[in-house]
Amino acid sequence: MIEINNLHKSYEMGSSSLHVLKGIDFSVNDGELVAIMGSSGSGKSTLLNILGMLDTSDNGTYDLDKIRIADMDEKKAANYRNKFLGFVFQSFNLINYKNALENVALPLYYQGIPRKERQVTALNYLDKVGLKDWSDHLPSELSGGQKQRVAIARALASNPKVLLADEPTGALDSKTSMEVMALIQKINNEGKTILVVTHEQDIAEMCKRIVRLRDGVIVEDKKVKQNIIKNV
Amino acid sequence: MNSLKKVFDRDTWDEIFESISKNKTRTIITTIGVFWGIFIYIALAGSATGLENGFNEAFSGLSKNSMGVFVQRTSIPYKGFEEGRQPLFRLNDVDKLKSRVPEIQFVAPGLQAGAFTGSPPLVTRGTRSDNFNVFGNFPSYSKISVVNIFDGGRYINEQDIKYERKVAVIGEGTQERLFTEGEDPLGQYIEINNVNFKVIGVTKFSQGSGFGSDSDVTIPYTTFAKLYNRGDQFGFMFIAGYDYVNPNYLEETVLSNLRVIKTVSPEDERAFGSFNIGALFESIIKFTKGMVFLSLVVGIATIFAGVIGIGNIMLIAVKERTNELGIRRALGATPGEVKVQIVLESVFLTILAGIIGIIVGAFLLFVINIGTAGLEDFPFTNPTVPLAIVFGAFITMVTLGTLIGLIPAERAVSIKPIEALREE
Repeated sequence: MIEINNLHKSYEMGSSSLHVLKGIDFSVNDGELVAIMGSSGSGKSTLLNILGMLDTSDNGTYDLDKIRIADMDEKKAANYRNKFLGFVFQSFNLINYKNALENVALPLYYQGIPRKERQVTALNYLDKVGLKDWSDHLPSELSGGQKQRVAIARALASNPKVLLADEPTGALDSKTSMEVMALIQKINNEGKTILVVTHEQDIAEMCKRIVRLRDGVIVEDKKVKQNIIKNV
Repeated sequence: MNSLKKVFDRDTWDEIFESISKNKTRTIITTIGVFWGIFIYIALAGSATGLENGFNEAFSGLSKNSMGVFVQRTSIPYKGFEEGRQPLFRLNDVDKLKSRVPEIQFVAPGLQAGAFTGSPPLVTRGTRSDNFNVFGNFPSYSKISVVNIFDGGRYINEQDIKYERKVAVIGEGTQERLFTEGEDPLGQYIEINNVNFKVIGVTKFSQGSGFGSDSDVTIPYTTFAKLYNRGDQFGFMFIAGYDYVNPNYLEETVLSNLRVIKTVSPEDERAFGSFNIGALFESIIKFTKGMVFLSLVVGIATIFAGVIGIGNIMLIAVKERTNELGIRRALGATPGEVKVQIVLESVFLTILAGIIGIIVGAFLLFVINIGTAGLEDFPFTNPTVPLAIVFGAFITMVTLGTLIGLIPAERAVSIKPIEALREE
């Protein structure tokens, strides 16, 4: 599903440049649930941003579902993001003046799907994350866990090939973290490829594979026995 | 999706309405600038038109290219005549003048007792009496200066002139003082210089219908000439040119021809006095035109300021919405779609504010119109704004709104989505 070869990325910081990714080789198969771990500054967020086409690499190749992601203008990148990728952020990033249903329907709006159809689909996904009854609530009326579940529903709404989650439990307490991870596991079990960036070991252990980054290189890449969450 | 197609897409507008209606404070602050601009503009332009109409109405009683000539004394000896002569007009001079100046439409020689010449004569009816200015006029006078006669009455006609009838048209003020209330003056007799005159009409007084007051008495020219023993001489005439004639040209031509007819030196500026309604009117027209122009400049400048205000607030709004726009782009909004949304929001707010400004401005003019309707000496009538000006302002506004909206729109997409998302 994802094929990365010799990926480099550096940021210009005035006169000096900061080499963040120093040659990443990495591939993800269909249906995997991968945790990308590392301390802050290890380059894990940069890697996720490049995978998410929110940022570009300096060197190396990136193929997503056998499509070479290179030399894209912002318009094309936007269309690919919309079709292939779903994002879940640490800070939820819901639009505060839209209710849960409208937030979930937003990626469908950018796909040009008619309003009625959008709402039906969005409601289905809200139902999937257990928030059907909260569809007309604004983000400010939802708890952190609920917000993240809305964000996950939104990421799923466009039926993307890959779900990218950047510290999805970073702003949640441990109980709601469990709920959110249980949801992620459930979605993964239904066949969705998911990448989770985290710095928490217990969250990483709920995934099927752990990739560890340090100073811009992969230092460890192993399959783990998944810690499956039951009855939350 | 095609950006232009987006403009006509209902979903785009739903998205815009949502963004506008759910950020009320921002919307209100944004719209105030343009609202105020167009409001001031409409109010100013309307007031200018109101003034123009007011002056027009004040002068509506007079033919716009009419003039008056009166005899003074010569100041230069000429062809054997000494200076200080009074070159009085004779009735056959009228035909001479008309044949020399084909631009003349009407000439109304006038005689008067009172007004410019001595004290007004005593007019009596029974035990009531008062002094009124008495004029001897031709029917053509009513072609130059509008004469409104109350129902049932009439003005002096050709028969009155021909038979030197002793008939009089009186002003409503005259009626008030010589007749009791509710009494019909038509057919009654009044006495001027111990001669009985039958009242044939009462004139409605209208502000600005030339000289005269509300209590003038007009009798046929020929009757007046006989009564006061004037022969065929007279010292004043009212002249109206055809509509196409320039009033200043008319005045010049009439004066120079009169000098020839009355054997007065061509250089003698003092022999005849004249006034020119057209020139007077023209200077007022110029003034109101200046007002309209001023309102145009001020209005456009204010709209400009308002639109710049919208641009400013949209910039702040874009900054405030960086995160939101980042989310939208992460979810698949293309830079084009984001731009279209920002520009359309800007344009929509401009139009909304403009329409409210037009409505409120029109309402203000409506209120002013009602408030000034009763004021006789305040020349302000029917303050309207020509549709062309409204549309012009509107198009200016929308164009500026679009252009100014492009700045924040460009700013919105210049930030990388990843940076936009980091913004909290």
